[in-house]
Amino acid sequence: MKVALFIPCYVDQFYPQVGIATYQLLEKLGIQAEFPQKQTCCGQPMANSGCEQDAIPVYHHFVDTFQGYDYVVAPAGSCVYHVRKHFNIIEQTPAVQHVRETTYDLIDFITTILGVTKIPGEFRHKVGLHLSCHGQRGLHQANESEMTPVRDGHLRRLLKSLEGIELTELDRNDECCGFGGTFCVSEAAISARMGQDRVQDHLRNGTRVLTGGDMSCLMHLEGIVRRQKLPMRVMHAAEILNGTIL
Amino acid sequence: MSHPKRAEIFTRDAERTTWHDETLWFVRQKRDKAVYAVPEFQELRELASQIKTHTLSRLADYLEQFEAQAKANGVHVHWASNAEEHNAIVLDIIRQQNATSIVKSKSMLTEECHLNPYLLRHGVEIVDTDLGERIVQLRQESPSHLVLPAIHLKKEDVGATFFKHLGTAEGEVDPQVLTEAARQHLRARFLAAEVAISGVNFAIAETGSVVVCTNEGNADLAVNLARVHIASMGIEKLIPRLSDLSVFTRLLARSATGQPATTYTSHFSRPAAGKELHVILVDNGRTQQLGRPDFRASLKCIRCGACMNTCPVYRRSGGHSYDFTVPGPIGAILSPNIDMRQHASLPFASTLCGSCTDVCPVKIDIHTQLYKWRQVIAAADEIPASKKWSMRLLSRVLARPAMYELGGKFARTSLRFVPHALTHAPGYNPWAIARELPEPPPQSFREWFKQTNPKP
Repeated sequence: MKVALFIPCYVDQFYPQVGIATYQLLEKLGIQAEFPQKQTCCGQPMANSGCEQDAIPVYHHFVDTFQGYDYVVAPAGSCVYHVRKHFNIIEQTPAVQHVRETTYDLIDFITTILGVTKIPGEFRHKVGLHLSCHGQRGLHQANESEMTPVRDGHLRRLLKSLEGIELTELDRNDECCGFGGTFCVSEAAISARMGQDRVQDHLRNGTRVLTGGDMSCLMHLEGIVRRQKLPMRVMHAAEILNGTIL
Repeated sequence: MSHPKRAEIFTRDAERTTWHDETLWFVRQKRDKAVYAVPEFQELRELASQIKTHTLSRLADYLEQFEAQAKANGVHVHWASNAEEHNAIVLDIIRQQNATSIVKSKSMLTEECHLNPYLLRHGVEIVDTDLGERIVQLRQESPSHLVLPAIHLKKEDVGATFFKHLGTAEGEVDPQVLTEAARQHLRARFLAAEVAISGVNFAIAETGSVVVCTNEGNADLAVNLARVHIASMGIEKLIPRLSDLSVFTRLLARSATGQPATTYTSHFSRPAAGKELHVILVDNGRTQQLGRPDFRASLKCIRCGACMNTCPVYRRSGGHSYDFTVPGPIGAILSPNIDMRQHASLPFASTLCGSCTDVCPVKIDIHTQLYKWRQVIAAADEIPASKKWSMRLLSRVLARPAMYELGGKFARTSLRFVPHALTHAPGYNPWAIARELPEPPPQSFREWFKQTNPKP
């Protein structure tokens, strides 16, 4: 199985430890991933701002970079969702179709392609899981509260398999954190307020480690946690899972 | 003023924002409870969506069927291509009746057509009889929600309004007392009414009848007491058959407030003896929207307001921040059809979280349409120039790995050496008003990878 890592631009630049954890976690699960050096971004920042046309060269560059692999794996559901859903505006060559179908979020890849349901190891902390909207409602990684009261999902199950972990029961299990790409600056007041409310929900219910599968939400939430100097650590799920396997 | 600006003003009152958010979240939770209790809810949504899609696909035929059937029932049917025509028709009917006492029950269409100010300009005063609508009317405001028009107001605000207009005691905030005052005030208007105007929730092509759903019963009281009933409806309110109706009545109240059905679901098929029933079929931009394949499905909306209650942006910015008759996510996809320049910021007032699409009882792909409107708006050059040029520049960088690597390194290095006060300056960096920037690491992932996996 030929697997490429896609480390989104902002993870590459600001959260290399998340990329490293992703790479090492896959290695421990028997996957020697490659990292094509010419990769950059999925184009979502432009497209969500209405500048889809400007994103087209970036889409082509993405396909060009990753077409030679069986799977593309990224620690970011939102970018994966973008590739899958919005790369529909370029010509659907076999290469484009292949890349769209085989780009996976890390957690999805681990659970559905590798079939991993348990991670050996322990993590004795109270962990709050933040569901990324694009992962949950876009890629259907977790049950939506709009449909069912049952709180379940790929990442929740993986985390639960860790020994000693306690998952926070939130008042609002899947409300958006308010990052929203360029929304975070164009609607700065609402974005911040949404993030503060999300963090408060975690704080109120005892979260000490705030995690999730999408680093973009976590970057925003971490910015609030650090500004408010709250007793909470923000970690990508890959960091937790990688850290528990020896 | 754009949505971000109005939203920012709303959030300045943090306590009120919390209250607004929690009040509407409570409604969303009531909706969830009602939805979870119906095992076939998702099938109902799919069915409703298909019925609406079908109806829209042959809307002209169904409208003509409705007209013929309604006329056969003795109903006066009027066609209005825009708000101005609608308002003129209403005024004309009122004048023919020499009527001076006019009451209106809830109708977002008449809000959309700005009927009240139009009639006032022509010397006709109209009294809204829905409690929430009456409150905002007394305050000379517009509704801030489709179903809960005065949801932006606290009981203290209502108390102050009633003190000023209805003579309740100063400082009176007891909901029971305030409601009773409104009841007495409205009772006199009901009894005197000569013409009653109502909205329409559903119109049935097969029977030529219109259906009005309310909780307060004000529509029934008004139209049954008045000599003339004018029912104003957007042309998208149509459904083919009477048997289709139950699909929608089961969805509407559950999605709106968590009730199994609205308290009153009233069918109006023909005028009572000696009375008149008028139905006005209004286009006002709807056929234009029908002609936009990407946005056509927005016409399936049954105005339940669920997308507002679930929208994390709406809950924290208030309905008035949208500055459009229909606020919230659905308003953000309807408004650019009416005036793209004026409402250009609305499709961007969303994180595209998709919750609106998931609660929509007729399965409108709201967040996808928000995304698509953004593309249309940017192509028409209606986004801020700063955004346009920064996105163009970003595209250049991201399509060129060497430039990207250099740019990333430059950004990280600058962040490490430029003083915090400068990188987080409030006037220049909106991110930093409430958030810290990420701590810039000395090494990017790709640099780490190159170092640990040297090419053989």
